[in-house]
Amino acid sequence: MNVHTSSFSSVSLRNLSRGFGDKTILKDITLEIPKGQFVALLGESGSGKTTLLRALAGLDDDAVTEGEFRRPDNTSVLFQDARLLPWMSVIDNLTLGLRRSDAKATARTMLEAVGLGDKADVWPSTLSGGQKQRAALARSLLRRPELLLADEPFGALDALTRIRMHGLLFHLVEQTKPAVVLVTHDVDEALLLSDRILVLRDGRIAEDHQVDLPHPRSPGHPVLMELRRMLLTSFGVEQNLI
Amino acid sequence: MTDYTSYPYLAARLQRAQPGDDQQARTGKAVRLTPGRLPAGARLIGPLLLLFVWEAASRLGILSAYTLTAPSTAVVTGYEMLADGMLLPHLMASAGRAYAGLFLGVTVGVLLALLSGLTRSGEALIDGVVQIKRAVPTLALVPLVIIWLGIGEAMKIFLIFTAVLVPVYINTHAALRGIDIGHVELARTLGLTRGEFIRKVALPGALPGFFVSLRLAVTLCWTALVVLELINTQTGIGYLMNRARDWGQTDVIVVGIFIYAILGLVSDTVVRLIEARALAYRRALGA
Repeated sequence: MNVHTSSFSSVSLRNLSRGFGDKTILKDITLEIPKGQFVALLGESGSGKTTLLRALAGLDDDAVTEGEFRRPDNTSVLFQDARLLPWMSVIDNLTLGLRRSDAKATARTMLEAVGLGDKADVWPSTLSGGQKQRAALARSLLRRPELLLADEPFGALDALTRIRMHGLLFHLVEQTKPAVVLVTHDVDEALLLSDRILVLRDGRIAEDHQVDLPHPRSPGHPVLMELRRMLLTSFGVEQNLI
Repeated sequence: MTDYTSYPYLAARLQRAQPGDDQQARTGKAVRLTPGRLPAGARLIGPLLLLFVWEAASRLGILSAYTLTAPSTAVVTGYEMLADGMLLPHLMASAGRAYAGLFLGVTVGVLLALLSGLTRSGEALIDGVVQIKRAVPTLALVPLVIIWLGIGEAMKIFLIFTAVLVPVYINTHAALRGIDIGHVELARTLGLTRGEFIRKVALPGALPGFFVSLRLAVTLCWTALVVLELINTQTGIGYLMNRARDWGQTDVIVVGIFIYAILGLVSDTVVRLIEARALAYRRALGA
């Protein structure tokens, strides 16, 4: 038995594997995430980022853990598409499944916090892409999760909206301090937001970088620049071409 | 200002870029790939033209009254039948049968679709049976149902019920099965109970499919009636039409056809209105 549990860790995962048919996607992933840590999970398309996140979210019934798998009960998932139910008003989407009596009031405060205070009673289809994703973010954080799993939540947004969302996500996460796993293919996003960057390659965690720089960060910081160069090189991206 | 002289291309671009350039650059109109929206009432052009041609052919003597009555004659006949109080009892009798069958068919169809769409044992037990029923024409059941239920009202209502049941079940079941997997995952991550999932995710998601089935059902419940009202009855629109055939009254037959057409259109409109209210979120698109 594996008894490496620590009260400081939010997620602890030992030897997780997942294959589709005879193709192995994840091989013996072992991962420990301390409470409140912001982890960015980088990897190329098909490297298994989303598969790992879905396993962490408990959405993958066929993922096999040989060892221990612990995660908080109170886990929220932020999907790439906002996944608001079109037949419910924005506020009802936020409180869906909440059984607290003050759910509505808290949801309104949360909507104010993401800048959608006037959108509580409209249909989700009237929101723009960025607004939908802000509503989805509000829905996730409203539950005061101990773990927030985000699967390329800003991938479908335009560049300007994405920059605003980075600020918003960071600001909101600062307040409640959940552990975060942010799946992204955007190296700069990872560098700006996270305390730790994991690189997934060939079904394994190939790199594990600590980014212990204070916030707010400037993308031009020499340490970030150096880390950025390392990461891009490891992905085989040639720079100085443009 | 920035000096662009060492970047001749940028300098040239900046000089040329004037407001309105974009509009000029586009040549011609965009190609329309789908037909545009019909103005209100334009849907009636086809039926009105048909009526006009029909009426004209009758007046010019191309259509003899024995083959087909002119629509104007049928309207007069219909009015007279209404005025002397002969039409209404038949209409009520038919409506009673049709809507009793419709009510039962929609209720049971939805219940079966829920059982089959939301539980595995339900699907194993129900789906095959309904699919078999779908392949058997309603009228092929008439002899058997007469033996079971006799030749009275129960038989007629039962057969309308079975005819309505099938499309209601098929569409509602398909809508429940076709639920967005993304919404199911969302429900899981939000920790919804099964009851909450059914009420707040599965049922609202299946509602558009249910309304499609309801629109089919409100007209279908009348179609079986004409034939069924051949059997042992002295009331109903179908009975009137068949008696008119024996007596060579094409005007009464056309009155019957008009009644079916009007009932069908009105029922469909009513369902569409309810649908528009229930699915108001769909119209909000781009609002």
